[in-house]
Amino acid sequence: MKRRGTQKQAIVVAALLCGGFLLPILAGLWQTVLPAFGYLPAIGATNVNLDAWRNLFSTPGFGTSVGVTVFVGFSATFLALVAAIAFHAHPRVRSWTRFDSLFATPLLASPHAAIAIGLAFLIAPSGWLFRLVSPELSGLSVPPDVTIVNDAAGLALIFGLVVKETPFLILVIGAALNQLPHQFYRASARSLGYGPGAAWVLVVFPQIYPQIRLAVYAVLAFSLSVVDVSVILGPGTPPTIAVQTLRWYSAADSEMLLTASASAVFLTALVIGAILLWWLAERVIVFSSTWLLACGARHHWLNFVAKAHSAFGSVMLLTGGLSLVGLLVWSMTWRWNFPFALPESWSLAIWSRSMGDWSSAFMATLWIAVSSSLASLVAAIAVLETLDRSGRKGMRALTIFIYLPLILPQAAFIFGLHVAFLQSDLAGTMPAVAWSHMLFVFPYIMLALTDPWLALDPRFARAAASLGHTPKQILLHVKLPIMMRPVLTAFAIGFAVSVAQYLPTLVIGEGRIDTLTTEAVALSSGGDRRVIGVFGTLQALLPLVVYIIARTVPAFVFAKKKGMAGARA
Amino acid sequence: MTALELKDVSISIADTGRRLVADLNLKVEAGSVTTIMGPSGSGKSSLLAFIAGHLEPPLRGSGTAICGETEISGLPPELRKIGILFQDDMLFPHLTVGGNLNFGLSATVRGRRERMQRIEAALSRSGLDGFAGRDPASLSGGQRARVALLRTLLSEPRALLLDEPFSKLDATMRDDIRDFVFMQAAEQHIPVLLVTHDEEDARIAMGPVFDISEYARP
Repeated sequence: MKRRGTQKQAIVVAALLCGGFLLPILAGLWQTVLPAFGYLPAIGATNVNLDAWRNLFSTPGFGTSVGVTVFVGFSATFLALVAAIAFHAHPRVRSWTRFDSLFATPLLASPHAAIAIGLAFLIAPSGWLFRLVSPELSGLSVPPDVTIVNDAAGLALIFGLVVKETPFLILVIGAALNQLPHQFYRASARSLGYGPGAAWVLVVFPQIYPQIRLAVYAVLAFSLSVVDVSVILGPGTPPTIAVQTLRWYSAADSEMLLTASASAVFLTALVIGAILLWWLAERVIVFSSTWLLACGARHHWLNFVAKAHSAFGSVMLLTGGLSLVGLLVWSMTWRWNFPFALPESWSLAIWSRSMGDWSSAFMATLWIAVSSSLASLVAAIAVLETLDRSGRKGMRALTIFIYLPLILPQAAFIFGLHVAFLQSDLAGTMPAVAWSHMLFVFPYIMLALTDPWLALDPRFARAAASLGHTPKQILLHVKLPIMMRPVLTAFAIGFAVSVAQYLPTLVIGEGRIDTLTTEAVALSSGGDRRVIGVFGTLQALLPLVVYIIARTVPAFVFAKKKGMAGARA
Repeated sequence: MTALELKDVSISIADTGRRLVADLNLKVEAGSVTTIMGPSGSGKSSLLAFIAGHLEPPLRGSGTAICGETEISGLPPELRKIGILFQDDMLFPHLTVGGNLNFGLSATVRGRRERMQRIEAALSRSGLDGFAGRDPASLSGGQRARVALLRTLLSEPRALLLDEPFSKLDATMRDDIRDFVFMQAAEQHIPVLLVTHDEEDARIAMGPVFDISEYARP
């Protein structure tokens, strides 16, 4: 009897996952592919043809767009990965926990757009860096006439992506390291005559790479297809493919929807091709590393490389931190002329003056983030609990499934999803936007919760069951209280993911739902820096505050339980 | 003649100041095995970590370790030429058996063919003929232990440290591997320092036995 109940539950959960998650993504993909070949009855296009593709390829500057997109995607991913690898090369020099609380948390919690805006304020010709060194060191009394942000080669965009993705990869590598007795591997290699750099690069890293591979692909896919960061830091004419796609999609001429769809399909193919190429490069590196090891040389040069790159990683983290501080400084500025290093007069007037604008965006952001994270959290717990009860089968299939929306470019299915939504009255409403956020919030919550959930000692549940408690009672009174910290942390991560969403909010919300992120990006081109500073600060601060609450509550609740010491750290 | 010598070695916990090992003096002659015994948590493994250079905070060591004519305690681990075996064999799972041995084999052995020959020879002397291409995961516990020892010895260490390397082996296999390790070490004529809590290990090692708890001081 009990067996059948579990089976039924597993089927319901699987059906819900497919219906609420896989199906919409596939439908979105389908509704993107059809218009790309001329079929979009909503605008009266029913002739299947290749016109959209012809339009796409004959767009002036299209080749340049492709080039800069590919260049940015690969460079950003490569540099962020190298910085993250180097960061872990000297385990004794850096204290991971201190790093965790000081830099990683704010950088991980802040939306990409907030960091991008902060970085633009930092490195622009009239930005903070130039103000700090002017006029004493640079001799400048007016901002230099050079293009730094929005440069045609996409260097500022690469910079922004590396600043944001480095802490993410550092975290992912750190989590993978926790599952390996890496200190013993390092000690073994060093006793055999290899330096710390070589021990890490040749022995430990190859062992953890399989575990971080999907995360690296996700970073690559993201770097190739990001919209908001590219609008803020990326090249303008021609822009990256993702931005160009959004421009076509939002064009007044509805014919351009077809070109936009072709462009989205093209971008998807580009991402898939890039991942394949990256995979090939992995093979080449594995092959050449056997050659590197064959002669028995101890490769002490890797120590210097690791040290140099480690410095690079630190600069990235510092830049990220400075970018966020810059947002706060600008938001409290009253007057700040070039070349003063700090504002000449400070004031909170901008905060109160722009309150009418930011309070509604703030409430919308909060509502969407709370509802999408809460719903995703419940769904994730349902999935994990079902896995527990059915003997943890199907984990592998689930992992690939979770990564699907993280590896597919958003543009591949968000536009198509909107087309599908147009047939209902839901497009442009808050619930629709919240639901579209769930497509990205749910995977991250699953990623955050799965490992701690599976690590929970199954004997707690067995002990409770043998005392006569039902599975439901066990979940509510044993598992969830013990799992309070990871559950709340997962919620905070989901919350941050929702706050960061730009494209789904813009497209599914049809521009009628304004969140902190959409507003900040809209203002970022040519708005008042002080107002942008307010939006950016709120955007960065909101997820951070939620995260801090998520970490403090369990510590408070379990203050007198020594066995729950993990909940207090 | 290289001997391993410890002079006034102390190991303490930095935050509490508690000393695990105090003023230990000891000399291990080349070709002999010295056994250090003591209950778990007594600092046995930490002493080996100190000699090999892997002592991690909050543990802190002082005193000197000398190998032959060289004072090694100031050197980074990779320059000490001290081989160490742990409870787990720590074979690198991403390399073949041959790849693991090649990783250990000293860089002074030049040329691909020469290196391969050295590896094959070491394997066949240990009853592991033709194992070079095998995945370490496909080996039995005893075979893995042998490969781990070979990997260490091929790096031509000046001394060998054994951190309870037999404790996880089956009882039936333990005698076999223990004999193998002691024999190989004797052949290389290097000093061996063994840490264990198994009296049987100490008896078969036939060398001096130190009880480390006698060297602890509050």
